[in-house]
Amino acid sequence: MNRLKIAVLIGAAFALGACTNAGRFDNSDGFGADGAGGAGFDVGSAQDPNSPAYFSQTIGDRVLFLVDQSSLTPEAQSVLAGQAAWLANNPEFTAVIEGHADEQGTREYNLALGARRANAVQEYLVSQGVAATRLRTLTFGKERPLEICSDESCYAKNRRAVTVIAAGGTS
Amino acid sequence: MRAILIFLAMVFSLAIGSVAVAQDGPLRLRITDGVIEPMPFAIPAFQAESAAAGQLAGDISRVVAADLTGTGLFREISPDAFISTVSNFASPVQYADWKAINAQALITGAVNADGQGNITVKFRVYDVFSGAELGKGLQFAGTAQGWRRMAHKVADEVYSRITGEGKYFDSRVVFVSETGPKNDRKKRLGIMDYDGANVQYLTDSSAIVLAPRFSPDGNQVLYTSYETGFPRIYVLDVNNVGRRAIDLPSGTMSFAPRFAPDGQTAVFSLTTGGNTDLYTVNLASGALTRLTSAPSIETAPSYSPDGSRIVFESDRSGNQQLYVMPAGGGDATRISFGAGRYGTPVWSPRGDLVAFTKQNRGRFHIGVMRLDGSEERLLTASFLDEGPTWSPNGRVIMFTRETQGAQGAPSLYSVDISGRNLKPIRTDGGASDPSWSPLQR
Repeated sequence: MNRLKIAVLIGAAFALGACTNAGRFDNSDGFGADGAGGAGFDVGSAQDPNSPAYFSQTIGDRVLFLVDQSSLTPEAQSVLAGQAAWLANNPEFTAVIEGHADEQGTREYNLALGARRANAVQEYLVSQGVAATRLRTLTFGKERPLEICSDESCYAKNRRAVTVIAAGGTS
Repeated sequence: MRAILIFLAMVFSLAIGSVAVAQDGPLRLRITDGVIEPMPFAIPAFQAESAAAGQLAGDISRVVAADLTGTGLFREISPDAFISTVSNFASPVQYADWKAINAQALITGAVNADGQGNITVKFRVYDVFSGAELGKGLQFAGTAQGWRRMAHKVADEVYSRITGEGKYFDSRVVFVSETGPKNDRKKRLGIMDYDGANVQYLTDSSAIVLAPRFSPDGNQVLYTSYETGFPRIYVLDVNNVGRRAIDLPSGTMSFAPRFAPDGQTAVFSLTTGGNTDLYTVNLASGALTRLTSAPSIETAPSYSPDGSRIVFESDRSGNQQLYVMPAGGGDATRISFGAGRYGTPVWSPRGDLVAFTKQNRGRFHIGVMRLDGSEERLLTASFLDEGPTWSPNGRVIMFTRETQGAQGAPSLYSVDISGRNLKPIRTDGGASDPSWSPLQR
């Protein structure tokens, strides 16, 4: 039943996503096709809207979570809508979504929590039209903190899910 | 190492009557009574009965003394205070001389080496105030290379005779060795004696490895590795370091594996679609059985010693709590009800207690409770304590303590289940996720 729901969502989102994505990326359309537009940046650089670097730096490759939570904040949903649009425009890329937790928790619980966070991102991207087959989730629990201090300023940045863009299949 | 052949032999036949008297006599340390004063003992350097045994005799008696004092239940009397010397293992003991320095127990021993790598170690324990030997003299035979194990076996005998508790010094610990900065830790599996000696590494640090657990015979280890880029459970042979991934459905992640007491089954967490449930796998056939089906997190399982039940953690109530269910799955009963969150339950080898990690008001604790959740006792408190493991006799718990801040690092600690004798286990660099082996054979 869950699967059926997701399938219906995917279908609906595909239709929806196609419109919004086209609108958002009008400016860059054609760039990848002939590359002769004369835009003043190197292909693949962070200025190239179709580059993974643009994805991570401009769109934002990560969303943050509240303590022990895996639900997506409105800010997170807005970032993920941008991620979904980019993925729609760059169908040759796949992504691994890494879920992370801060150090305030036991190791194995945090692995499960990281998996929940990664899955929340995956489900949202799928709901925005990204094919589930292009996405895979991965949890690091508390094994790979970004920030290393032991207070909330660091913990807030460590409670994250990062969408890592890769070329080719998710294997 | 495994080739060490150890046999026990009576060195001398003793008057049975005196043995019985000594065992029922005053030299008895009841741990459960709440020991305040450690029992003073004397251990003159063991006699070297051949030139080749010279160095080892002293080394072995040092390790025996360290094992005993390390329990916090015994205090070694400095050899400087000795009145008598023990020049011959067979000579009669001058009880008055040992009584005069208040030695309640006297341990004598001798080591023989054949120069071909084989040694024998014999020892006797005396109840000084009763003026009698406590138990019979014993002799262990093995290799010179395995001398530490023989020392641990001597100490185990002494500890067990005086306390009436099971042995635990002749055991090992598998753990995760950690180096490098907090945001790029290199982790590899290590194995060492229970006291931190004889460290060997079982994996390299090219992939994150987590939470190893011994098989009931101590010859295999289950653990989680990121070798493929994703967390996945593996089984490793301790003796030849060969490893294989447990075959599981593609696209899943797996972690938290533990052996069943039968050594043939593993229980673990499998994550699919973001949801983590408990499964068992038959390690020979690969047959998979699902134990829980809930949208909540189910992880950190641990079998009862008889294999009939599993204690695990779940956040089905809204946060981490401990539950017990039949080993084949089915209705689970919640056992933790105190303030805060409870995780990483581990069933004691005696079957009567569960050790756990508790988080409450920003602090972490290692604690124990009975299987019905009663008599909860917190043994430690720190910024981050987690992951208890039981000594083979169920008297001591080892765990990970991580310090706070950017320079924070993990190390191993042990604590008696009374809450006394909290102490670090010395390791090179950081160490985490200890799993204590059964007593070696």
